[in-house]
Amino acid sequence: MPNVVEHAAGARQFVTDEPRTDWHDQTLWFVRQKRDRMAHSLPEWETLRQWASQIKDHALANLSQYLERLEAQVEANGIQVHWAANAEEHNRIVEQIVRQSGGPGGVRVVKSKSMLTEECHLNDYLIRNGILVVDTDLGERIVQLRQEAPSHIVLPAIHLKKTDVSQTFARHLGTDPTNSDPQYLTEAARQHLREEFLGATVAITGVNFAVAETGTLVVCTNEGNADLGVHLADVHIACMGIEKVIPRQEHLGVFLRLLARSATGQPITTYSSHFVRPRPLSNGKRQAMHLILVDNGRSTQLGRPDFRNSLKCIRCGACFNTCPVYRRSGGHSYHNAVAGPIGSILAPNLDMKKNADLPFASTLCGSCANVCPVKIDIDKQLWLWRQELTRQGMAPVSKTLAMRLMSTVLSSPVLYGWSGKIGRRLMRLFPGLVSNRFNPWYRGREMPQPPQQSFGEWYRQQPKKHE
Amino acid sequence: MRVALFVPCYVDQFYPQVAIAMLRLLQQLGCTVDVPAGQTCCGQPMANAGFNSLSGPCFGQFNRVFVGHKIVVVPSGSCVLHLKEHNPAFEGQIYELCEFLTDVLAIKSLPDSSSSQRGTVRVGLHQSCHGQRGLRLAAMSERNEPAFSKPETLLRLVEGVELVPLNRADECCGFGGTFCVTEEAVSVKMGKDRVADHLRAGADVITGTDMSCLMHLEGILRRQGSTVQVKHIAEILYEC
Repeated sequence: MPNVVEHAAGARQFVTDEPRTDWHDQTLWFVRQKRDRMAHSLPEWETLRQWASQIKDHALANLSQYLERLEAQVEANGIQVHWAANAEEHNRIVEQIVRQSGGPGGVRVVKSKSMLTEECHLNDYLIRNGILVVDTDLGERIVQLRQEAPSHIVLPAIHLKKTDVSQTFARHLGTDPTNSDPQYLTEAARQHLREEFLGATVAITGVNFAVAETGTLVVCTNEGNADLGVHLADVHIACMGIEKVIPRQEHLGVFLRLLARSATGQPITTYSSHFVRPRPLSNGKRQAMHLILVDNGRSTQLGRPDFRNSLKCIRCGACFNTCPVYRRSGGHSYHNAVAGPIGSILAPNLDMKKNADLPFASTLCGSCANVCPVKIDIDKQLWLWRQELTRQGMAPVSKTLAMRLMSTVLSSPVLYGWSGKIGRRLMRLFPGLVSNRFNPWYRGREMPQPPQQSFGEWYRQQPKKHE
Repeated sequence: MRVALFVPCYVDQFYPQVAIAMLRLLQQLGCTVDVPAGQTCCGQPMANAGFNSLSGPCFGQFNRVFVGHKIVVVPSGSCVLHLKEHNPAFEGQIYELCEFLTDVLAIKSLPDSSSSQRGTVRVGLHQSCHGQRGLRLAAMSERNEPAFSKPETLLRLVEGVELVPLNRADECCGFGGTFCVTEEAVSVKMGKDRVADHLRAGADVITGTDMSCLMHLEGILRRQGSTVQVKHIAEILYEC
C-alpha cells in the first residue's frame, strides 16, 4: 500500500491556496444553507430525523432477518442475489457477471454513482482486468477522467472549478480549452456519455434503499443516469452494502424526504427509481438483474457497540457540508473513499492503522451530529475512536509520553502550581522560548500574554472574609 | 446560595481576570463563593487526545477538592461538558457560568447595571461548541428548534452592549484542544474566518463562554495587529 499522507499534512497543503480554500468553504456552506432552509421549513423535521434513526436502529438490530427477507423477495422478483464478504469478493463477482455478459464485440460497462464501489475500488479492479468502465454521474466522470478519487460523496468534483473541468474536457473530450461555460461543458459531457450509454451492455448502480418487504431497490439520482444506463443495457448489477436494507415500503417516505433535503437542499432527488424486477427485452428475453450484498467490515462494525450506529448512514453528505474542517481541508485529505466526519468514523473500522489520523481531524464541534438526518452521534464516535486507537496502541510513543507527563503535572497541585509559575516567568523573560517557528501554535497566532500572578496566587493573597 | 468555583487550568494561569470577574459577580449576586485549594485541571486535554484513561488522576484530584460541594460553577462550557460526561463519580451539580445565572439564580438583572455610564460597545458573541451544542446553552442553526441563547439573554441585560449579527452564528473557531497544534493549518484558517466575520460585523469586543476559543481568536487578532479585544462573558457581566 502506498504511503498515506496524513490528514493534517493534506489539509496544510489544501489551505496553502487561501482564495481557493475560501471558495471551497463558501460553496459548501451555500449547500449547508440550502439544507437549513429546507430543514427549517418542515415543522416535522426533527420528528422525521427521530423516525429515520429509529427505523435504522431497528433494521440494524434485526439485520440478518431483514437481509434474508430481502434476499427471498428479490429472488422471487427474478433477481439473482450474490453475497460478498469483502471488497475483493465483490469485485470478482462483478467481473464474473460482466465477463458472462460479453457479446462478440466485448463488454462495455456504465456505472452510476455508488460509494460502495468506490469503497471497493471497483473501477481500478475492472480496468486492471481489461474491462472498461465509465462513470456516468457528471461529477464522477470528471474525476474519473482526471484519475482522481471523488472528494465528496454527493458532490464528487466539488474540489474543482469550472475552469478545471474545462481543461479536463479539453484534454479528454476535445472541447475548447478557453471555454468554461457550464452549459457548453455539460452539453459536451452529455454527448460523450450518450455514446457510452448506447454502447453499454452492463449497467452498474448503487442502491440507496432496499426494501425487505417488497424486494424493491431504490436508486436516487439527480441526473437520471442510473435509469438511462439500466434501461439501455441488457444486464443490471446493483451493488449495496448490507446496511442499506429497510424493513417496509412505508419507511421509504421518511428517508426520501430527508435524503435530498439534507444532501443538497432539494425537496427530493430528481429521480427516485424503484427497480423491482427485470424488464422484458425486445428479443423476447428478460434483462438479467443481479444484486450484490456486500459486508466489507460492516458486520465487524455492527459488533462494536460504540460504533454500530455509524451504519445508519444514508450517505447524504450533510456532515461534510457543515464540517468546518472538511470545508477547509478538502475531501482528498481524508485519504478514504468516504471523507468528512462520517468517513472519519467509518474508516478506522476498515483499516485502523492507515486511518488512525482521521478521528483527530475534527474539533469535536458537534455540528455533524446535529445535521445528520439519521442522528448518528458522529462527534461522540470520533472521541470514542480516539480512545480506541490509543487502546490499540496506535498513538505514537512521543505522544503517549507527553500525555503521561501532562496528566502527572495537571493532576498534582504542587507540580501544577510550580510549572505554571515557572512557565509564565520564562515566557515573560524569554518570549522567544515559545514564540518561535518550532511552536505550531505560534505559526499563525500570537501566544497568550502570561500574567504576573495566576488566579490561585492572587486568591491566596486575598483577605478571607467569607466563613 | 453557597457555590464553589472551579477555575480551569488555562484560565488560572493565563486569564486570572476572568476568574476574578466571575468570583466578584457571583458575590455581588449574593452567593457565598468557595474556592477550594488544590484545584488543577478537568482532564479534558488528555481525553480529547485519546487518553481519557489519563484523565483519571485529574478526576481524582477534582473529586477530592470538591467533595461536599453541592454546586460547582465553572467559567467554561467545555470543561463542564467533559466533567459531566466522563466523571460520573462526582456527586455535586456542575454548572457553566451562564446556565447557572439563567437557570439556577434565574437573574433578571445585573447588579449596578443602571449606574453604567459607558458608551455603546459592539460585541460579537462567539458560541463555543461544547457549551452551545453539548450543554445546550443556545439553540443551534442545524436544528429546527425555537431560538434561545443563555449567553445572549445575559448580555442583553448589560446596558451599552450592542450584539452584532454574524453571518455564521455558530461555526466552530477551530481551537479544538490539541487540534489547535496537531492540525495547526486548518485551525488557524478556521480562526481567521471567525475573526473576519466578527470584524465585518463591526465588533469592538469578541466574547464567549470559553476562554480557550477566545485565546485562539485573540492570538489571531494580535497577529493581525487588530485592536479588537476578546473578553470572557464574565468580564462583561461583571464590568457593568
